Amino acid sequence: MKPLNFESLKKLRQKAQAALNVRELSHTAVSEKCCGLETGSDHIQILCCGGTGCKASQSKKIVENLQECVKAHGIADKVDVITTGCFGFCEKGPIVNIIPDNTFYTQVKPEDAEEIVKEHVIGGHRVERLLYVDPKTEHTVSDSKHMDFYRKQMRIALRNCGFIDPENINEYIARDGYAGLADVIKNQTPEQVIETVTKSGLRGRGGAGFPAGKKWEHGRAVQAEHKYVVCNADEGDPGAFMDRSIMEGDPHSVLEAMAICGYAIGANHGLIYIRAEYPLAVSRLRVAIKQANELGLLGNNILGSDFSFDIDIRYGAGAFVCGEATALVHSMEGKRGEPRMKPPHLTDHGYMGYPTNVNNVETLANVPIIITKGADWFASIGTEKSKGTKVFALAGKINNVGLIEVPMGTTLREIIYEIGGGVKDGKKFKAVQTGGPSGGCLTEKHLDIPIDYESLEAAGSMMGSGGMIVMDEDDCMVSVAKFYLDFTVNESCGKCTPCRIGNKRLLEILTRITEGKGTPQDLETLKRLSEVIKETSLCGLGQSSPNPVLSTLNNFYDEYVEHVKQHKCRAKQCKALLTYAVRPDKCKGCGACKRGCPADAIIGDVRKPHVIDPSKCIRCGMCKSHCRFDAIQVF
Amino acid sequence: MITLTIDRHVVVVPANTTILEAAKTVNVEIPTLCHIDLEGTCVKSNPASCRLCVVEVDGRHNLVPACATQCRQGMVVHTSSPRVLRARKTVAELILSDHPNDCLTCPKCSDCELQRLVRRLNCRVMPYNDGEHAHRKTEITPAIKRDMDKCIYCRRCESVCNEVQTVGALGAVGRGFTTTIAPSFNKMLNETNCTYCGQCVAVCPVGALTERDYAEELIADITHPDKIVIAQTAPAVRYALGEEFNFKPGTSVTGKMVTALKDMGFDYVFDTDFGADMTIMEEGAEILDRLQKFIAGDKNVKLPIMTSCCPAWVNFYEHDYPDLLDYPSTAKSPAQMFGAVAKTYWAEKMGIPREKIVVVSIMPCLAKKYECNRDEFKVNGNPDVDYSISTRELAALIRRSNINFDSLPDSDFDKPLGESTGAGAIFGITGGVMEAALRTVYEKFTGNTLPRIEFDQVRGLDGIREATIDLNGFELRVCVVNTLGNARIIMDKLRKGELNYHVVEVMACPGGCIGGAGQPYHHGNIETLKARQRAVYAEDAGKRLRKSHENPDIQKLYKEFLGAPLSEKAHHLLHTSFYDKSIK
Amino acid sequence: MAKEMKLACNVVEQVEAICDKFGNKPNELINILHEAQNMHGYLPEEMQRIIARKLGIPASKVYGVVTFYSFFTMTPKGKHPISVCLGTACYVRGSEKLLEEIKRVLGIDVGQTTPDGNFSLDCLRCVGACGLAPVVTIGEKVYGRLQAKDIKKILDEVAAAD
Ligand SMILES: Cc1cc2nc3c(=O)[nH]c(=O)nc-3n(C[C@H](O)[C@H](O)[C@H](O)COP(=O)(O)O)c2cc1C
Ligand code: SF4
Ligand code: SF4
Ligand code: SF4
Ligand code: SF4
Ligand code: SF4
Ligand code: SF4
Ligand code: SF4
Ligand code: SF4
Ligand code: FES
Ligand code: FES
Ligand code: FES
Repeated sequence: MKPLNFESLKKLRQKAQAALNVRELSHTAVSEKCCGLETGSDHIQILCCGGTGCKASQSKKIVENLQECVKAHGIADKVDVITTGCFGFCEKGPIVNIIPDNTFYTQVKPEDAEEIVKEHVIGGHRVERLLYVDPKTEHTVSDSKHMDFYRKQMRIALRNCGFIDPENINEYIARDGYAGLADVIKNQTPEQVIETVTKSGLRGRGGAGFPAGKKWEHGRAVQAEHKYVVCNADEGDPGAFMDRSIMEGDPHSVLEAMAICGYAIGANHGLIYIRAEYPLAVSRLRVAIKQANELGLLGNNILGSDFSFDIDIRYGAGAFVCGEATALVHSMEGKRGEPRMKPPHLTDHGYMGYPTNVNNVETLANVPIIITKGADWFASIGTEKSKGTKVFALAGKINNVGLIEVPMGTTLREIIYEIGGGVKDGKKFKAVQTGGPSGGCLTEKHLDIPIDYESLEAAGSMMGSGGMIVMDEDDCMVSVAKFYLDFTVNESCGKCTPCRIGNKRLLEILTRITEGKGTPQDLETLKRLSEVIKETSLCGLGQSSPNPVLSTLNNFYDEYVEHVKQHKCRAKQCKALLTYAVRPDKCKGCGACKRGCPADAIIGDVRKPHVIDPSKCIRCGMCKSHCRFDAIQVF
Repeated sequence: MITLTIDRHVVVVPANTTILEAAKTVNVEIPTLCHIDLEGTCVKSNPASCRLCVVEVDGRHNLVPACATQCRQGMVVHTSSPRVLRARKTVAELILSDHPNDCLTCPKCSDCELQRLVRRLNCRVMPYNDGEHAHRKTEITPAIKRDMDKCIYCRRCESVCNEVQTVGALGAVGRGFTTTIAPSFNKMLNETNCTYCGQCVAVCPVGALTERDYAEELIADITHPDKIVIAQTAPAVRYALGEEFNFKPGTSVTGKMVTALKDMGFDYVFDTDFGADMTIMEEGAEILDRLQKFIAGDKNVKLPIMTSCCPAWVNFYEHDYPDLLDYPSTAKSPAQMFGAVAKTYWAEKMGIPREKIVVVSIMPCLAKKYECNRDEFKVNGNPDVDYSISTRELAALIRRSNINFDSLPDSDFDKPLGESTGAGAIFGITGGVMEAALRTVYEKFTGNTLPRIEFDQVRGLDGIREATIDLNGFELRVCVVNTLGNARIIMDKLRKGELNYHVVEVMACPGGCIGGAGQPYHHGNIETLKARQRAVYAEDAGKRLRKSHENPDIQKLYKEFLGAPLSEKAHHLLHTSFYDKSIK
Repeated sequence: MAKEMKLACNVVEQVEAICDKFGNKPNELINILHEAQNMHGYLPEEMQRIIARKLGIPASKVYGVVTFYSFFTMTPKGKHPISVCLGTACYVRGSEKLLEEIKRVLGIDVGQTTPDGNFSLDCLRCVGACGLAPVVTIGEKVYGRLQAKDIKKILDEVAAAD
């Protein structure tokens, strides 16, 4: 391929846009009519999700089958089968999206390919059984625009995910890709770029919410022989996958943003630090880097200008703390990923001693569109101090699990009940955890606060990177705190005392409480120790690791007291606090429980009510799952 | 300059001053544990990880570590607010909750930084003590004992071994609660390239790294009816021993030390300074020999010649520079020369069979414990030096022997292995061996008497110091190095053929043997080392004889027994060979 | 730990080649370890020593890095490495129960390998398929929406497929 210049990039964009037009239209215009080749459509695109979630459910096979069918029916010239990134609605994956009528098929199986092609693509009839059923109305919905899950969303960082083929740079270019980069190189000074980013109000999406413009300004101010732009793609928050989806679905937006940042701060090298657990994202990034290099959009003399910028990939190796920027830099230098004190800040002394600007994937993904659409446009979205949108990985006990993007200021209630479709299985909402291991649990009373950095922190949680886990009445909040502490203890680098030993002690106390061995004194100790760990730890990990404990203590104190004083776990999660017993009125004496009990704790004669010997019972729950008469009671 | 408030003091300090340093200027002593800075040497470690030095700064959300937080204009610092006190104590309690707390039998008891700190913070309960302990390995090498359960993970040792000594025998292993400092693959130190310099021991604030203690062996020998136990005391010991008995650092307690040794039951007390003079005779002769060959145009002569009297340094090049083994002088260390002569010349003289003689070296050094165990220093399995005890062990033995050290009268060393010169005395300090050698080499090379005995050019504490000495028109280029990290710089240059000195002195410890790992703990205070250094030079200045070749007992030894320097007998007794000990 | 075995000559050469490929630069250590582990399955002592020598850094540094990152292992994995996701999404949907069941069925603990070398068991935090929670991966394959009762069948199938 010939390297592009400003002119030829424009031409390429115009050409590519024509091909993408149908898709653009289907996204905005509402078409109730189903399209098919026999009902008048002359071209059809089948988008199939190739995100990690859908791939795990054989989406690759679906694509292959679709392609075969298309070929077999001799319509290959009229139908494109395109693999995209995540649509966000992973719960209902694999997703297949037919353009131009924007039909949204869910939970597609490889064997459905033939029917989709024959019925829909050729015949123009929707395959009803693959359509999404609205749980409230129980009606099928075919156009994703009409689905609760999508209605309240606003996709800026995810603008291209599930829309373009991430391995085809032309599709990215068609979506104004690399227009921002071209514009800044050709028409703007670095200061202007920084000004735009500052004015947009974009804040770091990696957790702390530091204003991106301000960071770039620091980066620009430092004089050095080399500077680096680092993309933090370590995404360690367990249960969050925003960054992964962006890299899988829209890798070029990250690359373009890095180059823009490089131009702004005067750096010529970019590094992406990515989790080794994300092979798909890595391979998409590699493809994207290669294409961008070939087109002269990265590398030496970008678009023929005298600005050069290259990007390389570095791998993480399974250490959550490496998401912390100083630890990340150490890790990239081939060292143990231990954080260090700041100052010196990374913008002064970073990778290999050179000034280094670290930004998160999602932060970066916002940058190109801020450049093309302008700071004011971006700043008009969101709340006063938190601009733009935020991507969340909505998970847990919720109907619509998936990746969502909402304007800052949306309430938790809107997310959980409208987008998320409410709590699963009609259970009662108990808490929502935001901010991952650094965040906290929020309750019913917090549901109406508008989401932004400050409000979440004031409520005792954090924006964090965007994990959002919904919990219901079956979740024990002491166990949840213990779960997060267990994570922190495993992931603490061990460098500083409060985090290394303190979190371990917290975990031990929590474990004691869940085993019914806690004392009221323990609750005091938990609180005090948590506070000291927060205020004395060296890095963000320790400074926030007690948040799950403190927030559950604040919001669910009764539950702790119950564990400690009455030795009860109302959610029936703490095994040691449970009692298994047979209800004589329901027991038919079938003996199934007795045969299944690994502890020989059940006695009873055939056809007579059985009895559990509590001293022998190890609370494994086998009896309950074996009993067909629901005669085993747990309390 | 920056003005800030610390507690009720207004403090003015230069930019880049830490809160810790600023507080010191107004006598506010903030407790520390992980931080160490032996200013002027390269020993510095500031991981800011123990979090015991935390202070409160107005306007900051979290507490900050004083040791790693720089002063800012207008800062308001509280070093002992209730919040700080609570946090600091909690952190100390956390450390104790993962600590064996067996002070009573700990080698560090009463000299332990953790113990002192816990006392200062008035910790009276151990609220987390029913928690799990991270169990780590214990190891005893000939020189060093590791009891890692006591490690508080300050990582001073790691930083010293890697950054200062560049040996890299120790490093952080694992992650989180069970992280530890260990040799690679959790093996034992003796399976690594550890040099036994002991600098890790010298900086360890607690009892995790200590010396291997030979007190029980010594007591058994002293009380053994058939054994003749003789002591030799290294040059650097006498200026530091007093510190263990509350004398000011730098007080020379030579006479009291000799009396104490006698009172403890040593049969003879000799001076390693005598060995040092022997070393200069041999090494000096070697220097002259190589110089003369070099001047004569011999292309094969190995220059620079390097000193080899520091056993940790010897280990270092045997491990890491096996290709350069023919550069160092083959002369043994003074202590080993002394042992060899004691068990031959002196034994013959006294008519005592060598098996009956126990030579104990009292050293500032832990590497000597290893050195005397080397096979080449044994005759039919009987070592020239039976074992080596440190300055600290000697102090402990004195205390145990009910001796009131303060009021002891002075005694002299026994003869004939007790006479020494100022040249021997300055072996205890970096640059000392070089200066001693120069005094002899100059006179032998030029045939003239030295106009001025002191060679100021080679004195000081800097890691690498060079000087050019005019030997009647021949420009002798010398270099003095202390710490192994600096030695590595020199050796790498040598390997590349970029080194153009004639003589190089290397000492493994910062400051040389005065900073040896067997000395009373300096606890990071550089003034202690400087005081010892001053004392060494004062001793030299006060000596009647200041050149090794003028030592009458040395002259006698050569006349009666060895013949001349580098003679066959001298070679046999006073020289050694080096081995390739690299780990493949 | 497994008994130390001498590495075959070609492995030595391969590891050296990997180091060369990265210019023997110490800051490439993690990339080098990734490749070495990919090639060999694990990182035995001897391999780490070769890497240390090639990069001119102490073996303790390499070992310190290997033991810091949970991705690196010094013990050979089973033919079918099993990873149970204990990420939050999977946790609240019961992945701990899956873990218990796998331990029970295979009779091994986390970090261990079955005596026949067929399976090894590990935990990880979020494979990024939270929509399918709870998730278990066996080799490259992701199994989603599992229940404890499915475990035995799946393991039997995997074992039988060999
Ligand atoms: C323990 C810890 C883990 C972190 N993990 C991540 C992460 O996985 N991804 C990320 O982008 N930032 C993470 N951060 C935040 C980074 O330190 C840093 O603030 C961020 O990458 C800066 O980019 P931003 O300003 O664009 O958010 C983490 C911070 C801490 C303290
Ligand atoms: S807070 Fe935890 S993760 Fe951070 S430096 Fe301290 S021990 Fe390491
Ligand atoms: S819970 Fe388990 S141990 Fe207890 S009675 Fe039921 S099957 Fe037996
Ligand atoms: S399985 Fe149920 S019904 Fe049968 S004996 Fe047990 S408790 Fe009774
Ligand atoms: S290391 Fe210090 S605190 Fe620990 S047992 Fe020894 S003397 Fe006591
Ligand atoms: S200080 Fe206390 S514990 Fe120690 S010996 Fe004295 S009485 Fe016993
Ligand atoms: S004795 Fe010296 S070389 Fe050996 S571990 Fe200690 S500091 Fe390192
Ligand atoms: S062994 Fe001693 S010096 Fe080394 S980390 Fe532990 S406490 Fe610190
Ligand atoms: S410098 Fe002195 S104390 Fe230190 S290792 Fe060498 S000989 Fe021993
Ligand atoms: S992975 Fe397919 S919708 Fe998320
Ligand atoms: S002395 Fe400051 S943190 Fe340890
Ligand atoms: S939490 Fe298990 S896949 Fe994300």
